[in-house]
Amino acid sequence: MNLAATGMAAAVAIGLVTALLAVVRARPAVVGAGTALTGAAAMAAGAAALSGGSFSLVLPGVLPLSGVALALDPLGGLFVAVTGGVAVAAGIYSMSYVDNPDLRARGVQVALPVFVVAMVLVPAAANVGTLLVCWELMALASLVLVVAEHRRGPEVASAGRWYAVMTHAGFVSVLIGLMVFAAHAQGDSFAALRAAGRQLSPVVAGVVFVMTLAGFASKAGIVPLHAWLPRAHPEAPSHVSALMSAAMVNLGVYGLVRIGVDLLGGGAAWWWLLVLGLGAVSAVYGILQAALSSDLKRLLGQSTTENMGLVLVGVGAAGLFASSGDHALAALSLTAALLHVVGHAAFKTLLFLAAGSVLHATGSRDLDLLGGLRPVMPVTTAAFGLGALAASALPPGTAFVSEWLLLQALIHGLPAGGVGAAIAMPVAVAAVALTAGLAVATFVKAFGVGFLARPRSEAVAGAHESPFTMLAGMGVAALACAVVALWPAAILPAVGAAAGGSAVSGAVTLRLNQVTGALSPLLLTLGLVVAAVVVAGVVRAVAVRRVRREARLWDCGGGPMSARMEYTATSFAEPLQRVFDDVVQPELDVDVSHHQESRYLVQAVEYRRKVPDRVERRLYQPVLNLVTAWGRAGRGLAPGSVHRYLGYGFYAVCGVLILLAVTR
Amino acid sequence: MLSLWRKIRRTGRVAEPAPPPPEGARPEQAAVLGGSVQLRHVDAGSCNGCEVEIGSAFGPVHDGERYGARLVASPRHADALLVTGVVTRNMAEPLRRTFDSVPAPKLVVAVGDCARNCGVFAGAYGVAGAVRDVVPVDVEIPGCPPRPEAIVEGLRKLTGR
Repeated sequence: MNLAATGMAAAVAIGLVTALLAVVRARPAVVGAGTALTGAAAMAAGAAALSGGSFSLVLPGVLPLSGVALALDPLGGLFVAVTGGVAVAAGIYSMSYVDNPDLRARGVQVALPVFVVAMVLVPAAANVGTLLVCWELMALASLVLVVAEHRRGPEVASAGRWYAVMTHAGFVSVLIGLMVFAAHAQGDSFAALRAAGRQLSPVVAGVVFVMTLAGFASKAGIVPLHAWLPRAHPEAPSHVSALMSAAMVNLGVYGLVRIGVDLLGGGAAWWWLLVLGLGAVSAVYGILQAALSSDLKRLLGQSTTENMGLVLVGVGAAGLFASSGDHALAALSLTAALLHVVGHAAFKTLLFLAAGSVLHATGSRDLDLLGGLRPVMPVTTAAFGLGALAASALPPGTAFVSEWLLLQALIHGLPAGGVGAAIAMPVAVAAVALTAGLAVATFVKAFGVGFLARPRSEAVAGAHESPFTMLAGMGVAALACAVVALWPAAILPAVGAAAGGSAVSGAVTLRLNQVTGALSPLLLTLGLVVAAVVVAGVVRAVAVRRVRREARLWDCGGGPMSARMEYTATSFAEPLQRVFDDVVQPELDVDVSHHQESRYLVQAVEYRRKVPDRVERRLYQPVLNLVTAWGRAGRGLAPGSVHRYLGYGFYAVCGVLILLAVTR
Repeated sequence: MLSLWRKIRRTGRVAEPAPPPPEGARPEQAAVLGGSVQLRHVDAGSCNGCEVEIGSAFGPVHDGERYGARLVASPRHADALLVTGVVTRNMAEPLRRTFDSVPAPKLVVAVGDCARNCGVFAGAYGVAGAVRDVVPVDVEIPGCPPRPEAIVEGLRKLTGR
């Protein structure tokens, strides 16, 4: 047994033992520590697989019909390692975050390690049966965790319903796709699928790809299948939000790369144009919704849609380049996408954990009620600030490295490829650039309004810093952010190996060496720090020569400024909302109530603004209405009469017999 | 954009020829400012007559800016305050705070009869006094309201141009 196999075995064993311990007695410290250890073992396994120690294992007796087959190659290893890393941070964090009876409940405590184990097993699955079972286990465990705090309000249950329905619809879609694939491949192991994938007729391959794409895209929160994400991620407990948003959504990308690039072997250019288009739309739409959101955790959830969109842009571009024969560019593009997966996992974990600390301390995640957290929660504020910088795609940030690589790949792709690429690439570059700009605005808002200035409510004034283990969990994520941001060369070879293994290319290393040489984020950061120090020194040197005079803060002479005069999240986003008025179509409501004596005297003016999800309204509402109508019509068939039900049974049996008699 | 340029070219220069420099003593502090005075206007309780005339003094015809005086948006940016109207009770404290906010060396110009000696509002309810009763005044511009020429002349005493 090599290190990868040992790590995987250790991860599964520790996870299951933790779950069993939780069944006996649910203690958050034990469950959290067990989850963190599971994650650490998975990280070791993933790292071993990335450095070449792959393994495969077949256990025919465990599952009926298909048996369990596990294998870890560099691509799967990357996702196992990322999931493990997120689990380490979330596990440590949960040790003291879990302190209310809803979260201490036994079922919830058991679900956490099971969720992590399922997520670790998905990228290691080596046949259709194992993949689907782990996928479903992951969905069910996360569903339990999402509805953990169902006593808090009806919106939690509603989020759980949305999530349950959409994740199972996605599962069915993946199931159909893989069943069709397995039927044509005469076997359900990935080796058999890989051998058959190149020989499939274009129509069958297209059907398999589109069906699996729909399922995996809904897991990754890609527009228009994103409706569950901004509901479920905010309502889940924060360490679960981090696991879902930073680790689970990645598995959608994994599935897409595994099926589309690896098993189906590339395929037609239109597949990848579709992926690229979906990615670009998700990126822009997701970040636009986030920019207008005033709920801290919802904003982070919508930013996940954006980041997964960017990853899909990279994957789509990689497929497009590969289909036109430019394998070096394909590998570069896929590397950028996978690096963004890693970076996104790091900063989204950090952001969700910091948001969880805020929620823990203040009981609110409404940005319009927060603010003024810097003096009372300095460490959390620093952590969120680092995460916001990392998410902003600006030079010393984590997302900058991968988005820069992605832009390089897209720009170099302009001359490559045919007409499709010539049209798609400039549009994709524009979408990535617009997304980066909006992301900066979004995170300036989240950090500036949420943490700086003065407290906007009583709850914030009584806030306190989080306990040590929560800070330690954030510290782990912050360290990961810093490594990806400052020293991406440390992980680029591993990511390149994961990308190269699936995109089949020899030129990856050469290409990557050039790019890392040209980028050097560490030097860039050093330059920024030096420039900042020099500017501060010059200002100080000039200021020292002048006499300082203490003066009152200029407040228009009107007396002390109150917290109500501050920018709110809503007012900060208002100009953006105006610019994108036609896209988001906000609903404004102004209610003016007059005095009874005279309608010329205004008693109160009430202003309400809502930014509904337009895609959701247009696409989901008609379907929901249709289902409701069917349900109402179906009610007529079941009036409660036993005779009628017996009659149904009788006629159904008769119908089947007649059908058999006719067809045989 | 082009039509704006055309309009500017067609209209040409409408400013009146500069009158001779004003007689009278120049405040000592004004010399430090070197001919460029940034002004913050404070309405301490005016009927807005003086505001109309100030607007006109900085319009294209009288063009106060060619003598080095300029209106700014914050007392932090200003060298001098341009105070109009009687000082009402509600505005006494804000006027004091505004004066404190101006970086030294600083000057105060009282524009109009109300600012100088309460004018027709002298002794009325809600009047705290003339500007001189609240902050030290360096230059006074008489008139109810003062003509734009008078305002420009008063400001030229500050700029010395």
